Amino acid sequence: MTKKSFWNRLVHTSLFLPVVCLIAVLLINLIQTPTFFKVSINNGVLYGYIIDIINRGSELVILAVGMTLVTAASGGQDISVGAIMAVAAAICCQLLSGGKVSTNTLAMPIFIAALVGILAAGLCGAFNGLLVAKFKIQPMVATLILFTAGRGIAQLVTKGQITYVRVPAYKVLGGYIGKCPVPTPVFVAILTVIVMQLILKKTALGLYIESVGINGSASRLVGLNSTLLKFISYVICGLLAGLAGIVASSRIYSADANNIGLNMEMDAILAVALGGNNLGGGKFNMMGSIIGAYTIQALTTSLYAMNVSADQLPVYKAIVVVVIVVIQSPVFRKKIAGLSKRKAVA
Amino acid sequence: MKKKMLSLLLTGVMAMGVLAGCGSATSGGSSKSSSKSDSKKSSGGEITVGFAQVGAESDWRTACTKSVKDTFTSKNGYKLIFDDAQQKQENQITAIRNFIQQDVDYIVLDPVTETGWDTVLQEAKDAGIPVIVVDRMVDVSDDSLYTMRIGSDFKAEGNKACDWLKQYADAQGVAQTDIKIVDIQGTIGASAQIGRTEGLNDAVKANGWKLVAQQTGEFTQAKGQEVMESILKQNSDFNVVYCENDNEAFGAIDALEAAGKKVGTDLKNGDVMVMSFDSTKAGLTDVKDGKITLDTECNPLYGPKLDEIIKNLEAGKKVEKSQFIDEAMFAHDDTVKSVSAAGESGDAKNYDVTVVTDDVISGRSY
Repeated sequence: MTKKSFWNRLVHTSLFLPVVCLIAVLLINLIQTPTFFKVSINNGVLYGYIIDIINRGSELVILAVGMTLVTAASGGQDISVGAIMAVAAAICCQLLSGGKVSTNTLAMPIFIAALVGILAAGLCGAFNGLLVAKFKIQPMVATLILFTAGRGIAQLVTKGQITYVRVPAYKVLGGYIGKCPVPTPVFVAILTVIVMQLILKKTALGLYIESVGINGSASRLVGLNSTLLKFISYVICGLLAGLAGIVASSRIYSADANNIGLNMEMDAILAVALGGNNLGGGKFNMMGSIIGAYTIQALTTSLYAMNVSADQLPVYKAIVVVVIVVIQSPVFRKKIAGLSKRKAVA
Repeated sequence: MKKKMLSLLLTGVMAMGVLAGCGSATSGGSSKSSSKSDSKKSSGGEITVGFAQVGAESDWRTACTKSVKDTFTSKNGYKLIFDDAQQKQENQITAIRNFIQQDVDYIVLDPVTETGWDTVLQEAKDAGIPVIVVDRMVDVSDDSLYTMRIGSDFKAEGNKACDWLKQYADAQGVAQTDIKIVDIQGTIGASAQIGRTEGLNDAVKANGWKLVAQQTGEFTQAKGQEVMESILKQNSDFNVVYCENDNEAFGAIDALEAAGKKVGTDLKNGDVMVMSFDSTKAGLTDVKDGKITLDTECNPLYGPKLDEIIKNLEAGKKVEKSQFIDEAMFAHDDTVKSVSAAGESGDAKNYDVTVVTDDVISGRSY
């Protein structure tokens, strides 16, 4: 009896399905690629598919955190995050290279350049927030502006060229700190999650955002400034997109305006959905989105590991995503719940 | 009251917009006829060229853009309308339609992909504007939809690189059957990817090489790095990495070195040898340092050649439908002096291999 109630409780936790999906993706790997979970130390750093997933998934996790907030507060998504990543990377690299196409010396400290890049991304977020919160434009439409214009801005900043910063110090953020065997992006992602959790849980911000998302007018009536809260969520989303952009740029020590963060907005939205969050806003589950983000990266890495040929990659990805989304849909959940109830009666 | 004023104002603006739209349309029409007669009666006027470029996805592309921009200046008697499609075909189709509306004299198209051009090229043909296809190929049902194509012989590039590898292995005393290759492909479906992959696949069959893995790096450094990382975990028993452009090679080298592999030119002693295409300045610097052993050039400097072709067309001369641009090969050392390879036309030709020195690098504009 106690066992059953434990099982019931487990099934009904909001994280249950996202975790099951992640485990399912990983299990398929175990069958297909027996060495998938092998982690070893190679050349002084951790080495293995699992490490790849955690490492490569970092940017997506950072984006998913911001996307979750935006989704919760405004009931819509920010589709400009990929382009904002490119803007932040472009500004940061241009500042570091001092306007040149390629540089071997830094024109200014990395910290300041990265900060300016991230702040510029925050400004993009503020622009989105202004349109959505103040002018009440549909989030999809409002962020469509920067989705299309963002890469253009990045191109303007880099003068249409790929800006290279060939300085070892710039590779640290996307590589390794000294002899530390864990890739730096992992730390950045973990730190982001911790800081955001602290802000959301230690202040009432998380609660406020949820209540604005559930019912904006009601929240306003009890004294919450719903406009400001929506605005803040977009600014945070922009800042985080900027951070993700700097990490992605550091990996390739360059700003590639056309390709940094390409299609990542879609992956971030998917991560939020896979995490069991309602895309219509309201209550949110940050951990779910993070697990969703790792699931997507696990899928990509798995398909590489299985040597799926490149032209078929999107097909397999689509099939798995459809299955996962259907499993998590309310209708399917009800069906399953109905089945288990009938079993209990019988 | 306020609302009424606002709606009145908006209506006013809309009406103005419609009027302005009509105005520009008619003036556009008149300029169309005048420019037509202009270009016909005198060659002294400016020649308007619309250039639909892929994007700026690599240093190579940037060099190509720069070469065209530097050639088609007003000083040389041209007016260039440049469009960056950001790697999307739909953007290029829109750009070509805009060129047709602006009634340019020539359209230069560097297509994102090979297929899907029939409709828009037919529109250009109907408007009587010659289309010159550069770099990548277009696959259309009717060849007369474009005037001519000038590009790289990607098949020859692949064959050149493979013949070089065969000779290099012989010179180093490595058996052909011991050559194990990882192929990091370009964006699937791009002419460069098709030609270079085909060249490799043929050579693998002919020489008994082993193809360990084949995956796309989408011509970018980030993907090249990610894919190389993954392949290393699958099977790290290989000695040649065949990257289909320089950016992928940079990413692959980073991934190989992070995994503790020695990237070098010494096949005999267990180095992993990286081969690449494009020959950008950064790529050649890596060739000199021995990180990339062979870099087969893909010449982006289309400007002068396009200038020559357009001058010929203006003079009413006949131009050959399909032309190839001259391309070199750059190696770390002179182990292999020259290679023999067939191209699209099927006839084998000899190509010299250049050893990279500081002079070669500093002479590179891109």
